[in-house]
Amino acid sequence: MAKIKYIEFNGTEHEADVANGLSVMEGAIQNDIPGIDADCGGGMSCATCHVYINDDEWFRKLPEKEMGEDDMLDQAFEPKSNSRLSCQLIVSDDLDGLTVHMPEKQV
Amino acid sequence: MIKTDVVIIGAGPTGLFCAHQLGIIGLKCEIVDNLDKIGGQCIELYPDKPIYDIPAVPKCTGEELTNNLIEQIKPFNFNFHLSDRVQELKNENNKWFVKTLNGKEFETPNIVIAGGVGSFEPRKFPTKSAEKYDGKSVLYSIKDKTIFKDKSVVIFGGGDSALDWAIELSNSSKVTLVHRRDEFRGAPASVQKIKELSDNKTIDLITKYSIKDVKGNGSLESVEIKSESGESKVIKADYVLGFFGLIMQLGPIAEWGLNLDKKTIPVNTENFETNKNGIFAIGDICTYPGKLKLILSGFHEGALAARGCFKYARPDEKYRFEFTTASSTIKDRLGVKE
Repeated sequence: MAKIKYIEFNGTEHEADVANGLSVMEGAIQNDIPGIDADCGGGMSCATCHVYINDDEWFRKLPEKEMGEDDMLDQAFEPKSNSRLSCQLIVSDDLDGLTVHMPEKQV
Repeated sequence: MIKTDVVIIGAGPTGLFCAHQLGIIGLKCEIVDNLDKIGGQCIELYPDKPIYDIPAVPKCTGEELTNNLIEQIKPFNFNFHLSDRVQELKNENNKWFVKTLNGKEFETPNIVIAGGVGSFEPRKFPTKSAEKYDGKSVLYSIKDKTIFKDKSVVIFGGGDSALDWAIELSNSSKVTLVHRRDEFRGAPASVQKIKELSDNKTIDLITKYSIKDVKGNGSLESVEIKSESGESKVIKADYVLGFFGLIMQLGPIAEWGLNLDKKTIPVNTENFETNKNGIFAIGDICTYPGKLKLILSGFHEGALAARGCFKYARPDEKYRFEFTTASSTIKDRLGVKE
């Protein structure tokens, strides 16, 4: 279990306890947190669960991107070097306290 | 005006199998899809990715699944209207009148929405200023490449479309290729070619930059790009091209009064009809308690929606359930002889 903080582009904060094994994307969807669309349902086939990890230390601590994530991020709205697809961030106790920022929009 | 029993919106696996079921029970349909090819997400998003949960098919790719479904509905000779989008619905005397973006018109008692997560549209530049040049000098696809001859063209993107057009247009235009990172996702041979063209100064290659603004006075004059650390550059541009892949947009479906719930359409599970008589929704776009976004669920939903269409298409007939193994009528429809 990890407490994840989701911050919308307008600054609205949401916090959710997300069970280990779920993705950060699923944590948002299951808790009705706006700002993450996840059109493809977690297949790394769209780029609509895009988030920024603004804290450098957290960004380095996250599991590394697998092949294809950066390619998909090329197709996201305003990708940056601290961008991740939240469907690829699998929750474990290690992620307790993670904060993700949502982009202005997903599509 | 094309008269038919059913208009299906969406040529993905769910729409295709629904068409099959309509053919089996003797109804006609017309299929409209925004993509230029049949197959929906299966063909656009994951043609090569194996799927493992199609009943009785241990493993197949999105492309194989699509080809098999096309084969399965071949006997019915249904029409496909590709690269087109249903734009407008109107109901008169229990008939639906359907208009598409390309100006096609249908008259039908039934519409089956099998639209997945919406229609695929190119992702556009996030900059507001690009909108006023959209379709004129800011483009997301190329129909006529001769317009770029001897012009300055700035291309954004790192996939095959961006690389292929940069290579192609470098013969006759001044090309600048801008991409947000150093790696490219295009085919290795294209990436190699781009590096050669950049080394011999045929094209300008700028990485780790993205668009900031487009500028012009009536006609486009330049594009400003920015790096993440805040540096910016201005490049002369007659045309700006963006190739960021496709996104899915619900589009006009949202305006048809179907009580949308989080971009999905509520249906009953008896025949997958929506709150409007004669409009059905199946596949990823429909929602009901227990809904699973699986292709196999879409097949089931399509089979039931097809029977739902029967009562409006043949109000004076009683639908009779038949098996394909036993019915000579169905075998005639399939054109099979035994």
